[in-house]
Amino acid sequence: MNIHARRQEQAEPVESFRLANGLDVVVVSDRRAPVVTHMVWYRNGSADDPAGKSGIAHFLEHLMFKGTQRWPAGEFSKIVAGYGGQENAFTSFDYTAYFQRVPKEHLRAMMDYEADRMTGLSFDESVVAPERDVVLEERKMRVDSDPAAQLGEEFSSALFVHHPYGTPIIGWEHEIEGLSRDDAFAYYQRFYTPENAILVVAGDTDAAEVRRLAEESYGRIAARGAAPVRKRPAEPDPRASRRVSLNDPRVQQPSLRRGWLTPTYTSGVREEVLALELVGEILGGGTTSRLYRKLCVEQELAAGASAYFMSSMVDRAALQVSASPRPGVTMAALETGLDAALAAFLADGPSELEMARARTRLVAETVFARDSQSSLARIFGSALAVGETVEDVIAWPQRIEAVGRDAVVEAARRYLRPDRGVTGLLLPA
Amino acid sequence: MNAPIPTPALNTAGPAITVQTVRSPRGVEAWLVEEHSLPLIAVDFAFDGGTTRDPLDAAGSAYLISGLLDEGAGDLDAEAFQGRMADHAISLGFDARRDDFHGHLQTLSTHRDTAFELLALALNKPRFDADAVDRVRAQIIAGLQRQAQNPDVLCRNALFAAAFPGHAYGRPEKGDIDSVSKLDSAALKALTPTLLDRAGLKIVVVGDITADELAGRLDALFGALPKGEARTQPTEALPIQGLGQTHIIDLDVPQTVLRFFGPGLMWHDPDFIAGSVLNHILGGSAFTSRLFMEVREKRGLAYGVSSSLSPLREGAMLVGGTATRNDRAAESMAVIREEMAKLAADGPTEHEVEEAKRYIIGSYPLRFDTSPKIAGELLHLAIRGDTPDYLARRNGLFAAVTLDDVRRVAQRLFGKPDLLVQAVGKPVGLV
Repeated sequence: MNIHARRQEQAEPVESFRLANGLDVVVVSDRRAPVVTHMVWYRNGSADDPAGKSGIAHFLEHLMFKGTQRWPAGEFSKIVAGYGGQENAFTSFDYTAYFQRVPKEHLRAMMDYEADRMTGLSFDESVVAPERDVVLEERKMRVDSDPAAQLGEEFSSALFVHHPYGTPIIGWEHEIEGLSRDDAFAYYQRFYTPENAILVVAGDTDAAEVRRLAEESYGRIAARGAAPVRKRPAEPDPRASRRVSLNDPRVQQPSLRRGWLTPTYTSGVREEVLALELVGEILGGGTTSRLYRKLCVEQELAAGASAYFMSSMVDRAALQVSASPRPGVTMAALETGLDAALAAFLADGPSELEMARARTRLVAETVFARDSQSSLARIFGSALAVGETVEDVIAWPQRIEAVGRDAVVEAARRYLRPDRGVTGLLLPA
Repeated sequence: MNAPIPTPALNTAGPAITVQTVRSPRGVEAWLVEEHSLPLIAVDFAFDGGTTRDPLDAAGSAYLISGLLDEGAGDLDAEAFQGRMADHAISLGFDARRDDFHGHLQTLSTHRDTAFELLALALNKPRFDADAVDRVRAQIIAGLQRQAQNPDVLCRNALFAAAFPGHAYGRPEKGDIDSVSKLDSAALKALTPTLLDRAGLKIVVVGDITADELAGRLDALFGALPKGEARTQPTEALPIQGLGQTHIIDLDVPQTVLRFFGPGLMWHDPDFIAGSVLNHILGGSAFTSRLFMEVREKRGLAYGVSSSLSPLREGAMLVGGTATRNDRAAESMAVIREEMAKLAADGPTEHEVEEAKRYIIGSYPLRFDTSPKIAGELLHLAIRGDTPDYLARRNGLFAAVTLDDVRRVAQRLFGKPDLLVQAVGKPVGLV
């Protein structure tokens, strides 16, 4: 495969270094357009919400737009908009990230404002209640208006019985209602430190320039001494299969999902996780995948079938497959078909054609990603935020190429055990 | 921490992109942006017509066809066709929208021969095998069922139906379960040449290919398609029906989805540029617009609120919307109306206009930092009848907008406070 060779020869320069105060920096140079993507990632997410305070990581993300000791609320957004920039932020289980995309000459200004926001957050009680209402509306929009999203929450809670990955990122409604300014500041003081952050800059710049600008902005923040420690209860190994179902009169198209816990890239079994990437791609990556061919094409049971491996996590990952029945097909028939397709895969493993196709598609995705500076910034930022390294990201295509069929079969048999999966059913009332 | 860099002067230069016009021996024309630093090629194209060419009794035809072109073509059945795509990591997809039938091909340049061959087959020799038609139709029906109680989808479809009754724009782009269930292979096959004709075809290619190489390939892709007849571009927008009315679909959800149409501006309306500045101030800007400040920031009524100018080939709307607590839906809509009325009465401030122009001009390069984005932007220009020199002219057009221009457009668009409002949920007190 010569994708591989070309990647080596033309790979974009990626450099990383650490400032004296502990801030990690990654620079991806892409000079095609006079634009930069500037991101700061904090190594904390909803899984670090204190007990009873679910949603605080996400609520704080909203409150980070409410001003600092130096700048009033909205000032940073006005500056970004005035430069023609775009900005936003997002919260996940393991990280919270803030980004701006701006014409390159404004990189320094972004750094000044974002560095100011790392330690200078300041707002009074009056903004808290309206913003909490905004978050409650966000939850209503994303979850309460959508039965599939509600099942998703219950499904995750069943998959993770003890670890906070089982709690929604946005938080449970009754706990969001109780979040206060003090909760937000306590969380902020604990996690928003240079040692806990990763600066990622991608675009029309280089490491020397970013280092100079970062020293002059982020470099002035005093070190705290050590990065905060993530203290999370560990998830026990599952011993039972579980089923959750949600019946709702709004459901006119039922669906079925099944998930299993897996290790992550940082749990010391990288080869298994790489193999699971191939398992996910072979089972449910597109219309040539095993489940699609079996359920949608050959047996005509399903309208759609897919798989998703959420591998980039700190503590535990999960591999999930899903399918929805064709009109007239019962959920029982669909589930029987899914069981049979999975059993056959575990028994016989993939064909060499399936292996080759999955490798090609996964590796090509990394080439396509190189077309987008913001995709690259996200790939490197999220990897570092969960404890992987720049080298891991760069080596990933070669490692995927090297995964053998036996490893795929073994990993599938070890983790996709029928007696340990969680099944979720979305059903009409 | 240092003070921020002082506000710079407006730089109105366009994106540094060279667009070549490539013409094949048979007269197929494409715009090309050569970019050899990555081994990728993106091809985006649009046929004029889209779902408006669905027969009256067969809504959803174009959308179903868009799902079938890569489900077997020439000697390759669906499995063989998609196997070749997967084996070469080729991404090929089609989509039918209100005015256009779009196609998108993305490939590694090492696999371009296979990619172009598959695209040529999909466009010129789609098979419409019965099992593939059954499968894709079932997928579309499943999708329609999934969305049947989705407040956003219900709201959008109801709004188009109320605004454009009797016109193709009033019908849902994907059809409905009833209409899609009746579509059959023979009729789809017969309709396809009318959808994929060269009359309004626009093609943009970005990436690792030269003009000569592209010129030599265009005929195999598009050269044999029927000539077709170009539609004329109307100068007047279709009137929006039902302005001044509020419609409610009762749905048991904790939040009301609100969307509205007001009169908008056609692409080539002399006020379109100033209108874009006006919309940015009202609800276009993500974190600084008046609607964002009044609805979300000050009152916490909603997570999102926005507006946009939405020109269609034959119509023009100002579209706005939010999703808000049922018990405060009336308040949210009142706040939105009030902001529009204020803009009509007083206009924006000089500062707002300058900030909006600064954003619109400064953000232009952000639309050109990936190949698919470059292709998408250029295709959009081509569809609306502009030429590549617009890239260099565009920022100057915005720089020339004055406060008086924006005031004038605010009076024109918001002076009569009539909106067509569609709500889905259990709104309290909304009339």
